[in-house]
Formats: sequence, structure tokens, C-alpha cells
Amino acid sequence: MTFGLFLEWFIKSLVVILAMTIGFAYVTWFERRVLAKFQVRIGPNRAGKQGLLQPVADAIKLIFKEELVPANADKLIFVLAPVITMIPALIITGVVPWGPPITLFGKTFTLSVSDINLGVLFILTVTSISIYGITLAGWSSNNKYATLGALRATAQMISYELALALSFVGPILIAGSMGISDIVNAQQHVWFIVYQPLGAMIYMITAVAEINRSPFDMPEAEQELTAGYHVEYSGMKFALFFMAEYIKMIAICMIGASLFLGGFWGPGVAAYPWLGPLYLFIKVVLLLFVLVWIRATLPRFRYDRLMAFGWKILFPLALLNVMVTAVVITLVGG
Amino acid sequence: MTLNLLLFLALAVIAIASAAGLIMSRNTVYSALFLIINFLTVAVFYLVMGAPFIALAQITVYAGAIMVLFLFVIMMLGAEKPNEIERMKWQRPLAIVLSGAILLEGVYALITRVAVNVTTSPATEALSDPKTLGISLYTKYSLPFEITSVILLVAAIGAVILTNKSRKEAGK
Repeated sequence: MTFGLFLEWFIKSLVVILAMTIGFAYVTWFERRVLAKFQVRIGPNRAGKQGLLQPVADAIKLIFKEELVPANADKLIFVLAPVITMIPALIITGVVPWGPPITLFGKTFTLSVSDINLGVLFILTVTSISIYGITLAGWSSNNKYATLGALRATAQMISYELALALSFVGPILIAGSMGISDIVNAQQHVWFIVYQPLGAMIYMITAVAEINRSPFDMPEAEQELTAGYHVEYSGMKFALFFMAEYIKMIAICMIGASLFLGGFWGPGVAAYPWLGPLYLFIKVVLLLFVLVWIRATLPRFRYDRLMAFGWKILFPLALLNVMVTAVVITLVGG
Repeated sequence: MTLNLLLFLALAVIAIASAAGLIMSRNTVYSALFLIINFLTVAVFYLVMGAPFIALAQITVYAGAIMVLFLFVIMMLGAEKPNEIERMKWQRPLAIVLSGAILLEGVYALITRVAVNVTTSPATEALSDPKTLGISLYTKYSLPFEITSVILLVAAIGAVILTNKSRKEAGK
């Protein structure tokens, strides 16, 4: 029994890690193709059909690149920083369910690595420690631009984390639970975006800021800081930062879909549970498209405006949203 | 039971080693990193004791917020390498005397208390569920909870006033 349980966890973890890494490869392809369409270009279309082998070509190129370590860098932390960035990105979706429980060989399996009753808090915890990789990468490179980029990233992520945490409170209050699967199951009929339009918007904005994506990609502003915190990294170490960023993109789309867009629920899931992962996949792809769309449309924020926007607009709005939600739930008696 | 004991011993070694590293390290960034490892180990201790909420809150608040700000300040001021010259010579003997006193106190407490039968408190059950934890915080412990919030508010207002003053001076 214990061995069976161990095997189950092992297989589920393997599925998540593989899905995330393969997902990363094809999100880069997806982003480049869609971005090219926005800018009336063709985009990568040479390697394989429709450029589908482009990620493989990129990976081979990056593996064969020379790895440089700056002479005055703090070697240990310089090497560890990409790993510290990768791990939170890979484990954060461990609490998100991909589908309803499925019966296989007379045994019921839950479709998530670990369905803990504190799923939302787990997500917050992992987000809060995912700053370290970037901070340490910038510091250990011993480079002015890298340090500046890391400082900006740290300040930005701490500021937007508060509003992000508050945007989680709405779904928690409505579902009456901190477990992600409880929150998803409470949305079987009505998605929480209907009750929490403001919360969903705040979640999306802060989540984009949290993973340093455009228009909040201040830490890696090319014009001012060359490339920000990863300016000294090359080869596979750079690839790890790149990978972490895209895996985080998938993660925030999965979490957003689960908290506000009904997760794996859709027409016919109750009868055919195998449809669940498919619906979740479609929702994640749609959200990823929105992220690329935002990148193609909006220019970058100025740094002081970015901080002011986080503290003076998003944070009070998120607080107000929590208060109104709590009052309404108490009055209606949820 | 033996597995739990082994886990406890391994965690204890990591906690003590990281605490020692924290004070021995000559580089402030490494000290901060050792402290983060220490916080994470303490969080795992809470997990082992059946209080996942406290464990996750510990990581979020201490490792995720406070230590990030520590690192931020160290990096911004470029204060990785502290001055090698000791300015306060009297500190070292005083520290030895005080830590010796604490050690003696701890040993004394351990010897006198070890005979007393320790019962697991029923509080651990409440700590595993966020709902019961919240209810007990807002009913049974509402006064300490409110007082803590006032203390934090005072600190926040103090920070605002301090920066406001320096900003006015800069404007003149």
C-alpha cells in the first residue's frame, strides 16, 4: 500500500514536471508565432512544420553555448541562483487539480499531486519565496545593471504580492475553503469571475507583475539595464531563467483558471471526467493568449508609476474588494 | 516513531548548523541566507508537529517578506562585508557571559522539567484547520490579536512619518 501510494505520487509529480517543461517549450513557440502575427511578421516557421521544431533547435543551441562565470562573481550563489528560481516555478502547480477524481482499475485517483486543504496559502508561500532566485542572481553577478535589475524585481514583487494575496480572498470566502479543489468544485455551475470581476482583474494584473512580464518587465528593461538580473548568464543557466519565466506564465494561467474560470469544469465533465483536463487546457491556452496580447499591446510602465500603481491603486482596490465580498457574504448568508 | 525521531534529529542538526553559520559567516548575504534556511527548518518542524497553517505562514511572513527586505537593504547599501575592525571591544566578553547564562538556564530547565510528564496539548488539533484557527483567534484570543495589530500599525505610521520628514528636508 505504501509503495503504491509512493508510486502514485511519483507518477503524478513526473506528469506535472514533464507537462511544465514541454509546456514551456511550446509556450515560447506559441508566443513568438502569435507575437509575429500581431506585428504582421511570419515568425519562426522553418524548423519543422509551422516551426514546431523551433523549441528543440533553441534547446540544442543553448546546450552547446559556452558557460561563462564572471571573474568577480560569487561563484556558489551564481551557480545556485538559476536552480533556486526553477524549483518554486515547478512545484507551485502541485496543488491545482487537473480534473475530477477518476476511477481506474477499481481505484479512485484525485488528479492533482497533493490536494491539501491550504492550497491557496501554499501558492502564496511559493510565490513569496520565488523572489530569491532573481535577487541572488542579480547580486552574485557583481554587475551594476544586474544588481539594479534585481533590486527593482524585489521591490516590485513585494509590492504586488499584497494585492495578489488579497485577490485570493474573494474565492476563498465564497467557497468557504482554502483548498483549490473545493474552490474549483464550488464553481461547477457559476464561475467566480461573475461574483468577483474586480478580484479576477486584480489577480491577473498582479500575477503578470509578479512574474515580471510586460508591461511590468521593469527588472529586465533592455534599454536601461541591458537585460537586468540575468545579464551575466549564458548557456543553460540563462535557459533556466527563461524556462522559469515561461513555466510561471503557465502556472499563473492554471491558478487563474482554477480560482476564477471554473477550473476543469465545463459542459459534460460530470458525465465524462476525462474531459476535465481538456477544458483546463483550453482555458490555460486562452489565458496565455491574453498574456501575449497584453505584451504586444501595452508599452512598459515607468518605474515610479509602477510602484505608485501597485500601492496607491491596486492595494486599496483589493482591500475594498475583500471588504465588500465579506459584507455581502455575511448579509446573504453564504 | 523512529522515523519521526530520525526526521527530528536531521532537522535539528540543520537548524543548529544554519544558526551557527548565521553568526560565523563573514559575508552578510550568506548570514541572511543561513537565517532563511533556519526559518525553513523551523517551518518543517511545525509541519511535523501537525500545524501546516503555521508552517506556511512562517515561510510566507519570515522567509518570503522579512528576509527579502533584509537582503534588499544589504544589497542596496552594498553592506556585504562589514568592517573588520571591532569598534565595541567590550561587546565580546559581555556576549560570552550572557550566552553562558542562557545556556546554564536552559540546562537547568531541562534537568528539572524532564521528569514532569509532558502531555500533548489539545491545541494542535485546532492548528491544523484554518477555520478553527481563525475562530479561536477572533474569539478567545481577540484582545492579543487586536493589540498586535495596533502595534504593527504604530510601526507603519512611524515609518511614514520618518520618511516624510526626510523628504521635506530634501525639498528645502
